[in-house]
Amino acid sequence: MNPRILSATVARILRQLRHDKRTVALLVAVPTVLLTLVYYMYADQPAPPGQPSTFDRIALVMLGFFPFIIMFLVTSIAMLRERTTGTLERLLTTPLAKTDLLFGYGIAFGLAGAVQAGIASAVAYWVFGLETAGSSALVIMIAALNAVLAVALGLLCSAFARTEFQAVQFMPVVVAPQLLLCGLFVPRDEMAGWLQATSDVLPLSYAVEALQEVGAHAEPTGTMWRDVAIVAAAAVLALVLAAATLRRRSG
Amino acid sequence: MADAIAVRGLVVDRGGRRVLHGIDATVPRGSVTGLLGPSGSGKTTLMRAIVGVQVIATGTVTVLGTPAGSPPLRHRVGYLTQAPSVYADLTVRENARYFATLHGRDRAEADRAVADVGLASAAGQLVGTLSGGQRSRASLACALVGEPELIVLDEPTVGQDPVLRADLWARFHALAATGTTLLVSSHVMDEAARCDRLLLIRDGRLIADDTPAAVRAAAGVDDLDEAFLRLIRAAEPDRSGEA
Repeated sequence: MNPRILSATVARILRQLRHDKRTVALLVAVPTVLLTLVYYMYADQPAPPGQPSTFDRIALVMLGFFPFIIMFLVTSIAMLRERTTGTLERLLTTPLAKTDLLFGYGIAFGLAGAVQAGIASAVAYWVFGLETAGSSALVIMIAALNAVLAVALGLLCSAFARTEFQAVQFMPVVVAPQLLLCGLFVPRDEMAGWLQATSDVLPLSYAVEALQEVGAHAEPTGTMWRDVAIVAAAAVLALVLAAATLRRRSG
Repeated sequence: MADAIAVRGLVVDRGGRRVLHGIDATVPRGSVTGLLGPSGSGKTTLMRAIVGVQVIATGTVTVLGTPAGSPPLRHRVGYLTQAPSVYADLTVRENARYFATLHGRDRAEADRAVADVGLASAAGQLVGTLSGGQRSRASLACALVGEPELIVLDEPTVGQDPVLRADLWARFHALAATGTTLLVSSHVMDEAARCDRLLLIRDGRLIADDTPAAVRAAAGVDDLDEAFLRLIRAAEPDRSGEA
């Protein structure tokens, strides 16, 4: 990696995003709209005694979902566009290292995800009165980490997609099982053994557990830091695998 | 001085079909070499092999003294793909500056490359809003910006008006005069006359590797278009009776 090339690549990707005003507006507005929906869905539901309200429980996990889902899709499409327009082939004939490109995407869309999470969190805390025992900064940090994880998985999956149709299909393949098994719908320790085992190898499960730790404890817990480390390691692993599947030469 | 490009026994298969059948060719340094041939003859595949992005079956491709695609060459070779490969959602200037940075060049050099292809007045425009010809010149600016020693251009003049085409060819010769090597593909025969040397390729086989004057002499006609037709027919005696 070369710091000059990496930073130029990050700036280039963010500049492309900035020229696309509608995408920026959607990135900012959609989480707020969905949080509003969830707020009114559960507004009249009584909270179980001694537990956080249903909105608090769901909104906290949703703050981690938004950057994960959106950045996975955005990355898959962006990388596919690099392939189909020939810019990827051209980049690979320049001094740019494969890791410059992949970490460039990780950093650029990770930043975009952090901004999205920051705005969604501000709405959740200030408009809808979300309450967490721990700090909102930790929530945003975990959400941003989810964005990086999603970018890394998107880059890896884009190696296996030849068309836009295929790229979009990776979204249900990669994202849906992680959402279903992360512990939001059914607590993980109440799932059948094989589902629990599957959940244990899916990185989003750890991101959700980390968010729940922040929700329940005033101080960052050891479990939270362990989960954060697991998610970060999964992101790096996916980026390294993505670099390994990116070939300078093709048929 | 050694040749800029030396291709020996190059065989390439794409999509289960043999595209290049054992090409042997050399390109001298500091010249403009034209790679000519009909659509589908293997020009792009040969260029991809030279810039090192093509998987090859057998043979060797040596570029500036090292195997094609080796890391040091990424600083020394510029490549223009046939379809304009620039970011449609960036301006011309932003594209040129990005590729300039990759090659360790500054903003002034990026702006000069944009001016050199006649896009100074459109520098602030998004590439997606340009005409086809302007877009391919934006792509060309990004290939020239690193001042590479070898520039491989896949149909750089398609869609350009005659005045611009003449300007671009003058620019190519000015670069060659400073020692840069250019390999330029085209399927327009009138561009062949502008080259120092010609490689004529047909159905994945090289049928001529010479100067335009020698090609004319070998075919016995003055018109290069006619000369190519004769060479093609001479290379395929079994089809010489066909229209």
